[in-house]
Amino acid sequence: MTLWLEAFNTDFWYAIVGAVLLVLALGAFITSRQLIKKLLAFNIMGSGVFLIMVGLAQYQHGPDSVPQALVLTGIVVAVAATALALVLIRKFVLKGGQP
Amino acid sequence: MIPLLLIIPLVFALLSVLLPRLPIKAIAIPGLVLQLIASIQLSVHTYKHGASDYALGSWEAPLGIALHANGFTVTLLTLTAFIAIVCAVYALIYLKRYEHEQRYFWPLFWFLLASLNGIWLSGDLFNLYVGLELLTFSAVGMVALTANKASLQAAIRYLFAALLGSLGYLAGVALLYGQYGTLSIQEIALISTSDAPTQVALALMTVGLLMKTAIFPLHYWLPPAHGGALAPVSALLSALVVKASFYILAVLWLQLAPDAISPAAAQVLGALGAGAILWGSWCAFRQPDIKMLVAYSTVAQLGYLMFVFPLSIGTSAAAAELAWQGTVLHLLAHAFAKAAMFLSVGTLVLAIGHQGIKDLAGVSHRVPLALFSFGLSAVSLMGLPPSGGFNAKWLLLQSALSSGQWWWFIFILGGGLLTAAYVFRVFSVSFIEEARHKFAPTHWLLDVSALTLAAAAILLGFVSQWPLTLMELVPGVQS
Amino acid sequence: MNAWLPVAVLGTSLIASLIIFLVPDAKQRLRSTLNITAALVKIGLVAWMVFGIYQQELFETRFTLVPGIDFVLRADSLSMLFAGLSSVLWLFTTIYAIGYLEGSPHRSRFFGFFSLCVASTMGISLAGNLFTFLIFFEMLTLSTYPLVVHRGTQASLTAGRTYLRYTLGGGAMLLLGVVLLYSYAGPQVGEFAETGTLRAATSLDPRTLAAIFVVLIIGVGVKAAFVPFHGWLPVAMVAPAPVSALLHAVAVVKAGAFGIIRIVYNVYGIEFSAQIGVLLPLGILAAITIIWGSMQALRQMELKKRLAYSTVSQVSYIALGVALFGPIGSIGGLVHLLHQGIMKVTLFFAAGNYAETLGIHRIDELDGVGKRMPGTSLAFTIGALGMIGLPPTAGFISKWYLGIGALEAGMAWALGVLVLSSALNAAYFLPILYRLWFKPVRGAWPDEQIPAARFETDPWLLFPTLATMAFTIAAGLLASHPWSPLTWATLISVREYLP
Repeated sequence: MTLWLEAFNTDFWYAIVGAVLLVLALGAFITSRQLIKKLLAFNIMGSGVFLIMVGLAQYQHGPDSVPQALVLTGIVVAVAATALALVLIRKFVLKGGQP
Repeated sequence: MIPLLLIIPLVFALLSVLLPRLPIKAIAIPGLVLQLIASIQLSVHTYKHGASDYALGSWEAPLGIALHANGFTVTLLTLTAFIAIVCAVYALIYLKRYEHEQRYFWPLFWFLLASLNGIWLSGDLFNLYVGLELLTFSAVGMVALTANKASLQAAIRYLFAALLGSLGYLAGVALLYGQYGTLSIQEIALISTSDAPTQVALALMTVGLLMKTAIFPLHYWLPPAHGGALAPVSALLSALVVKASFYILAVLWLQLAPDAISPAAAQVLGALGAGAILWGSWCAFRQPDIKMLVAYSTVAQLGYLMFVFPLSIGTSAAAAELAWQGTVLHLLAHAFAKAAMFLSVGTLVLAIGHQGIKDLAGVSHRVPLALFSFGLSAVSLMGLPPSGGFNAKWLLLQSALSSGQWWWFIFILGGGLLTAAYVFRVFSVSFIEEARHKFAPTHWLLDVSALTLAAAAILLGFVSQWPLTLMELVPGVQS
Repeated sequence: MNAWLPVAVLGTSLIASLIIFLVPDAKQRLRSTLNITAALVKIGLVAWMVFGIYQQELFETRFTLVPGIDFVLRADSLSMLFAGLSSVLWLFTTIYAIGYLEGSPHRSRFFGFFSLCVASTMGISLAGNLFTFLIFFEMLTLSTYPLVVHRGTQASLTAGRTYLRYTLGGGAMLLLGVVLLYSYAGPQVGEFAETGTLRAATSLDPRTLAAIFVVLIIGVGVKAAFVPFHGWLPVAMVAPAPVSALLHAVAVVKAGAFGIIRIVYNVYGIEFSAQIGVLLPLGILAAITIIWGSMQALRQMELKKRLAYSTVSQVSYIALGVALFGPIGSIGGLVHLLHQGIMKVTLFFAAGNYAETLGIHRIDELDGVGKRMPGTSLAFTIGALGMIGLPPTAGFISKWYLGIGALEAGMAWALGVLVLSSALNAAYFLPILYRLWFKPVRGAWPDEQIPAARFETDPWLLFPTLATMAFTIAAGLLASHPWSPLTWATLISVREYLP
């Protein structure tokens, strides 16, 4: 029992929360029909993955700068993806598509 | 040599953004020639001295970007450079009627090449992720070029599918880093085990990559995106872009953690491939629109790539080697043939002004060269000799036999007949005498570029030894 | 030089084909010159090789295609038999086709594929192993399809579909068989060699090899129009007459028959084939096809259809000869490969002449044509008598050797098949001859296109017909001449049965 509790340090919690976020957002991504909702779900999924990335690595190897750098890159990529998606969706709606 | 292959496309991409329109077109071909020369030189270097590594800006991994060139990567680099140059020639002529689109085409084109080269050369898992994302952005941008409702919808669908796939991949990367504390493929390959986190990571990455490779049943996004894009874009997407995620998948399964993979999982991937062949061919057979037919043909042909997993995992070394060789040849042959097919179909559609297969009546006489290129590429896709596609099929069949998996035999052999069923729909119509429409004359360079690629698919049948010799220089994959 | 000669033979048709594709349709003279020059050059090169083989020279081109598997072109005596036939008949068919298609559209496309088709046939004859054979066998399918659908009518498109279904299916079977054989026995057994390559492989299971044999024979048997795989042949009759002539006499069905010869003689070896007991089933299949084809021919009232079923029947004589275990039967089968080609091409040329000149397609329209078109009718008569097997035609030689071979092999039933088939041949050919020569003209011709002038029809159509007719007689009369088909077939057969 104590072992279990010890295992649940902050870093591990980050990873767990990230996994939960990922699963929830994935569900939203698949079920929602609106494009903007899908995009939001994608962003939340991304955050979940980033949490796993930092949390899990730190939990297993201690403080580590590499995942931080990776997540930074990942956030940039996610922002770019969101921007691209927004542009496309906006144009699509302007041409008469369902948002 | 290695960094040049990233620098050239990136520099030209920047130039294409900054320069006014006219010089963009003027510099495209010289830039591509440079890139082709660089890839060939790297191939020769690899052939003579074996695989090589390079740390960009002398920053060592994990923070820096480590590049790695082996026999497989140089083959893919050369393939990319060659197909890009032919597609660029085609695009220069074809896009004349698309003034607005042209402005965006060239920057996207160069970014696409940069990300492809980055993926081929990357030696670590995270850089592969960045490469995949950049590839997605430029590919989606190209699909959306015409900016009409249908193409935007296809682009959005494609973007969402690709983003979902990338996240699956990234989640796997996170787990692997947590497990092994490194991102280098070579390092993980040395220490990888078959524990649960590794398997979960691989499963996540596999699903993500299958999504991006458009393997049945995750292919839904591909036909509208590839079938709806402009001809040179479709050619690049079908020939190269989907191969990038397959390449990563193959590296993961065969190189990164072969111990974590069970033969049963490999059989599942093979089954997906078989499903892709059947479903893709059936859909291609049903399409009234020729571009959609070719797009569904891509869905079917990608299925063959999946056979490498059941044929090389848990089988004898000889069978695995045959499977690997056959798959590489199939990848090359399909790249040439499918690019040629999309380009020739583009010319046909341009000449007729319609996309229906029924509208093709009479083309065999009036647009003979484009139809001829279509025919040559179809020979390779059907796996009939002499062609690269045939040699690939032969090697896969031999591998299936020597590993005693006769069930794949049926799909490999039957797939060729199914392909024949849908491509001969096109030929059959083309021989009808009375044309339905007036024919507009097309530029001869359009025909020449399609014919070059189709001839390459056929010639590959005679020089299959070249890529296969390079392939023997791949560490780890080769037995 | 010797390494390049087989490539050159292939190259003449291949290059001719590529150039012809690019010639504008209107440039009739240029295209015809190209066609005929290529055909003559090819005959010259083949003659050169035949001469070299007499002097025991070796002509071989070889390079590796995929690991462990070579692309081989090699001239041996058997390949020269087929290459000689194809190159000579190609010349006449080309001349005929030039006359036949005059003024019709898409001639460049037609002659381009026509040459490609001959290139594939040359490849089939020169292939030095099963893998190379397979390559050209499939190439032949692809290059004949555009010829079958050439007219672009609904009927020809339907025929094209049927044709593809059969031949691509057969091709897939052959591919299956070849892969099975290569994987099971190793790629070296695919190399064609006199007396076969499998004889030495004693460690292999004869049952498995026999099963692979069946797959291979079905693969080539589709093109050889074995019953029940013959369905494509009568349907493909919608193609223009020169194509029918080519399909029936030179290219497609012969490629199938030649494949059977290669598999039995040069891969399995005749003795090994007899040992594993596959010759008798092959003989029975051939016998069934011979009888069935003749019976169907009897029921046809369209001239070309009757000839088509006659082909189904006659080509199986070759397979029957192969299946008769003994040198004399082999001679009969081999020599029939040539003889049937010459005779059938004559018959199809004649049928084409009737259709082109007078618009005659049906047998009951032939009454009294002998007086209007004596040359063509004479050629048809000689061809028909040859098919029945009367001396002094080429057909007599084939049947004579086949008959003796049947007795020698102790397969008297095969002799019965021959007699029955000859009777059926007579039953479906003699009434035609009777109509041609003895019945009075019924009235106006159905659709007279070419009026009788100095010649009964276009000389481009008439002379090839008469030339192949002359060959039919010469091959019979001069059978003992050192350069005759019979002598050549004897040479091959003797080498095959050498211990």
